[in-house]
Amino acid sequence: MTDPLLQVEGLRVAFGDAEPVVRDVSFELTPGRVLALVGESGSGKSVSAMSVLGLLPPEARVSGSIRFRGAELVGAPAEELRAVRGAGIGVVFQEPMNSFTPVLSIGTQITEAVRAHPSGLDRTGVRARVDDLLRSAGLPDPDRIRKAYPHELSGGQLQRAMIAMALAGDPVALIADEPTTALDVTVQAGILDLLRRLGRERSLAVLLITHDMGVVADVADEVLVMRRGEPVERGSVTDVFARPSAEYTRTLLAAVPALEARPGSATSVTATGADEASNASRPVVARLRDVAVRYARRGGPTVSGIDLELHEGRTVGLVGESGSGKSTIGRALAGLVPVVDGTVEVDGVDLRAARGKRLRDLRSRVGIVFQDPASSLNPRQTIGWSIAEPMVVHAAGSAADRTARVHDLLAAVQLDPSWAERFPHQLSGGQRQRVAVARALALRPALVIADEPTSALDVTVQAAVLDLLASLQQEFGFGMLLISHDLAVVRQLADQVVVLHDGRVVERGSTAAVLDDPQQDYTRMLLAAAPVADPARQAARREAWRAWEGVAS
Amino acid sequence: MTANVVDRPVAAATGRSTGFRAVVRRVRRDRWAVASAVVIAVFAVVAIGAPLISAVTGQDPYAYNIDALNDFGAPRGALGGVSGTHWFGVEPLTGRDLFAIVTYGARTSLGIGLAATVVSIVIGVLVGVTTGFFGGWYDRVLSRVVDVIFGFPSLVFMIALTAIVPTSFPKPVLVVLVIGFFGWPSVARVVRGQTLSLVSRNYVVASTAMGAGRWHVIRTQLLPNLAATITVYATISIPSMIGAEAALSFLAVGVNPPTPSWGRSIGDAVGWVQTDPMYLVFPGVALFLITLAFNVLGDALRDALDPRGADR
Repeated sequence: MTDPLLQVEGLRVAFGDAEPVVRDVSFELTPGRVLALVGESGSGKSVSAMSVLGLLPPEARVSGSIRFRGAELVGAPAEELRAVRGAGIGVVFQEPMNSFTPVLSIGTQITEAVRAHPSGLDRTGVRARVDDLLRSAGLPDPDRIRKAYPHELSGGQLQRAMIAMALAGDPVALIADEPTTALDVTVQAGILDLLRRLGRERSLAVLLITHDMGVVADVADEVLVMRRGEPVERGSVTDVFARPSAEYTRTLLAAVPALEARPGSATSVTATGADEASNASRPVVARLRDVAVRYARRGGPTVSGIDLELHEGRTVGLVGESGSGKSTIGRALAGLVPVVDGTVEVDGVDLRAARGKRLRDLRSRVGIVFQDPASSLNPRQTIGWSIAEPMVVHAAGSAADRTARVHDLLAAVQLDPSWAERFPHQLSGGQRQRVAVARALALRPALVIADEPTSALDVTVQAAVLDLLASLQQEFGFGMLLISHDLAVVRQLADQVVVLHDGRVVERGSTAAVLDDPQQDYTRMLLAAAPVADPARQAARREAWRAWEGVAS
Repeated sequence: MTANVVDRPVAAATGRSTGFRAVVRRVRRDRWAVASAVVIAVFAVVAIGAPLISAVTGQDPYAYNIDALNDFGAPRGALGGVSGTHWFGVEPLTGRDLFAIVTYGARTSLGIGLAATVVSIVIGVLVGVTTGFFGGWYDRVLSRVVDVIFGFPSLVFMIALTAIVPTSFPKPVLVVLVIGFFGWPSVARVVRGQTLSLVSRNYVVASTAMGAGRWHVIRTQLLPNLAATITVYATISIPSMIGAEAALSFLAVGVNPPTPSWGRSIGDAVGWVQTDPMYLVFPGVALFLITLAFNVLGDALRDALDPRGADR
């Protein structure tokens, strides 16, 4: 093993006079190896990584020692840090869309990065270098990419261009801050593959910051688990995943929903048959028949030919990548988007024919839980008001009844009823999402639409919210449409799965049938691309994915 | 990274609240804003208590006092006749007490400024919220109307209108309506923009999805979230309304004489600036102070209400 390139010892970061957000963090990076900093939001993983480059806001006080090739970086002058940034250590950020200037072409921006560090190249030399970088980042046609503007490329292409730019100064280390969080799983798999390959080929030391245990299992060699600014556990990936020593690591691993069927619980065909039978016996709460939705006046429909049936007390999972139209279908069920073809029936009433008062009454039969807990509650109103709002709108019960119902609902979502007087900013994301669930249930709806209910939440919080949804469904018996990009979440909650691709249904069936024995290539590819939190299993899955990628391209 | 989620509820004190008390607390930390608020309060008291003040000084803004003038009609004594009886001196040609004129002028300026602001804010918010929320042809038509009024040479129109309207129509009301009418398009634009961004927020969509009517959404979801913007905009538009009234009076198309008005006094004083500069200084300083105070306070309010700003 080679000598460490970067050594961080006893790192401590505080903002102003507040409690330090990072305490006693130590790690080292070695060429050709990937270290993952993993933890939930607020664990200080990004702050730790950014302190290496001196990219923290001026009020941050950093102490401890950060040595890069033997030179101390803590308290180093700005010129020294600038030499390290880019030429020594490259950075890749989370949001590829926000990491490029929208008004300059990709080529110009990467050229700038090449020129930032003296290389002695002339004009043609610089261009050749840019093409080289783009090609090594897995973009096969550099001519097109060079001339393109950021909005003309997909998220995955942009992230690859970002990686090309990070490599422009020939760095010896790469810091990747949640590089795939904003991307679809199939794209994520490609980017992770690229990072791993670059690490090996160029013997880069890679520091990967992530919240996803699956990503860690996929690419990292070593892992440092952090919690609330403190290191919890450190070791090689195989050791930590196989034998986690810290309690918190065990909790974190247990909270990751399983994508693959647990051995022994594999559902046979007979069980699936029984499933279908119990479905048919339950009353239908909503039915879509050959539905098409179109937003723009011209052009093709966003989704078309959708047939869907939701039964009382059952959950249908709607999965697909971004842009597949899954949220559109959820909104069509709530009558929020123009349905141009087919019929939408909720509780036996045609939604498309309903207008005015009838439509509003019909909407009281549907509850929605949105993705982003930050914007799902009105910041100017108390959470009690927000939960009571549907009852006020439909004039259900007296003021005293409503207060009592708000308390019941808060208790049902496992929050303290006295919190009704609080405002959303006083709650955490998971708590806000519980409030959103309570509001969705206020009128005892027949149908709940959960649109990515947990994708903005930490994995331990996600587990709790998913459990809550399942137990509430048992209690209240509503039918649920679960919209998610995460197949593991769907496996945990859904009885049936519908796979969407480009606005059309690709595959449907019982959850076990679709996820364990997919019939369509697209479903297989989705399944193969999603990383699982088990290094040994993931290594095998990675090979399977490569085979699929080969087929696709 | 995932959303900024914390494990436990954040205490109210650390969260950046835009509640009334929190805003007052933040504004109070800004010395200039406090000074501006004091200036505004003093002017308000003076405007309301103008008859009382004139009773104390024994002066009346309408009473001519030829004795205070010399043979040329200019005030006797230094600084435009400043003395124990005439604190700000007297008006040239008439000998009316300038202090009384400035105090009564505050009534005109503040009264018309506030009333015109109310008119423009009410129309602007109504149009802005409804166009932003309803959209469609209604939005397209009204947005064009806003564009047209924006491009209108408003001052020329105001002068023409005040000249045409029969004299029997009360002049202050006319000035309020004219100034207020040309003030609302900017409010409507700002409010419409804010509404458009609010309409796509999940809590507004959720409200619609649970079957709420349009007015319920506007009243309970949109307006409370627009309140901060509206407050700031109102505070900042008061001085421009006061300025517009002064400009009209300066051009002799504002309130009718002999009703005291800073704008007309300034207009009259321009001719006397060589012989009696104080005649220009007193109403001018009054106008300057009140517009500056409202602008500074409006600016501080905007900072205090901006949830992105750091809690200093």
